[in-house]
Amino acid sequence: MKRLFNIQILFSAFLLIFCGAAFGLSEAYKGNIYNPGILKPTDSILKVKVGDPAPDFTLPSIAGEKISLGQFTGKKNVVISFVPAAWTPVCSDQWPGYNIAKGFFDKNDAVLLGITVDNIPTLHAWTQQMGKLWFSVLSDFWPHGAVAARYGVLRSDGVSERALFVIDKKGIIQFIHVGDINVRPKLEELVVELEKVHKK
Amino acid sequence: MNKIIRCLLVLFFLVMFTGTASAGTKPPSEGDLLPEIVLTVPQILDQQKYLGLSSETTFTIPQIKASVVIVEIFSMYCPYCQAEAPVLNELYDKIQNNSSLKDRFKLIGIGVGNTTFEVEHFRNTYKIPFPLFPDDDFSIHKKIGEVRTPYFFAVGINKDGTHRILYSHAGRLENHDQFINMLLQRAGLK
Repeated sequence: MKRLFNIQILFSAFLLIFCGAAFGLSEAYKGNIYNPGILKPTDSILKVKVGDPAPDFTLPSIAGEKISLGQFTGKKNVVISFVPAAWTPVCSDQWPGYNIAKGFFDKNDAVLLGITVDNIPTLHAWTQQMGKLWFSVLSDFWPHGAVAARYGVLRSDGVSERALFVIDKKGIIQFIHVGDINVRPKLEELVVELEKVHKK
Repeated sequence: MNKIIRCLLVLFFLVMFTGTASAGTKPPSEGDLLPEIVLTVPQILDQQKYLGLSSETTFTIPQIKASVVIVEIFSMYCPYCQAEAPVLNELYDKIQNNSSLKDRFKLIGIGVGNTTFEVEHFRNTYKIPFPLFPDDDFSIHKKIGEVRTPYFFAVGINKDGTHRILYSHAGRLENHDQFINMLLQRAGLK
């Protein structure tokens, strides 16, 4: 039992030490980013698979609208980007990157929906630091993480995975990426999948 | 058995601290040497010519044919770097349009945590005329103290090939004329 305790202490120390590691964070956030350290890469079990109809949802956006996945059926391909939490290292850079990648989405007739489990005021303050975003940012705060849970990307601590879903105009899931929460997905991988869906 | 576990734990601790010693280093300061940063020679001939490089495959920053090399540490994903991009293009133009500066001052960017695709997307988005290099695996980022972006180094290169850091700064550049004058003075060119 004592041995197990010692190992737990060491493991905690390991996490604390690695909390200091940076991720190429932007000066834009200065000291406002909370660094949770290195987290368990994934911590959920997917409830959907490629070929399934994407579960519909309606969520509030930071622009004050209600956005439903279903409103894009027959009109646009959809990319859903779940990021774990506002004011954390990797998430704070991922969407600003997408903010200068609009051309790839337009070219492939796609919209982007960014979702976190944070509430609207938090998302408002956080995204203000990113500049003006061209895509919708939705809050899956209440019932807490219900959409993330429906897709099977809600982690045991109540935040979502870092996940991407590409959904075609028929509302069918064509690509799923649930990556290591500590690592930002490469832009080119999403672009390749968008092009595949657009060509179908 | 107990001893074995203790030894393993000590070893574990040693590995942890060895690993973080380099990750936790501070950014190099003014007067320091720049850590060795090996970059791939650009394939574009104009950029090779701009940097005064031959057709070798790799180079280090002090091998650039210049008196001062300004290095921007950026990320395609960083909002401040996005905002800074057009401003840095102006700095590049200011240098290139000044006959006394254009052969002495060179500008490069290193995209930390960015793939080649992401760096090229950043270049195309902002029409960046100076060479940009990817640091996909953060290996350069670790060597320079895991700085936030944008971060600027200016490296003074002597005729004998030795070098030292003239400027080490987190955040955006303020006044380009003052910046250039300060570098000229620190490099002993004024």
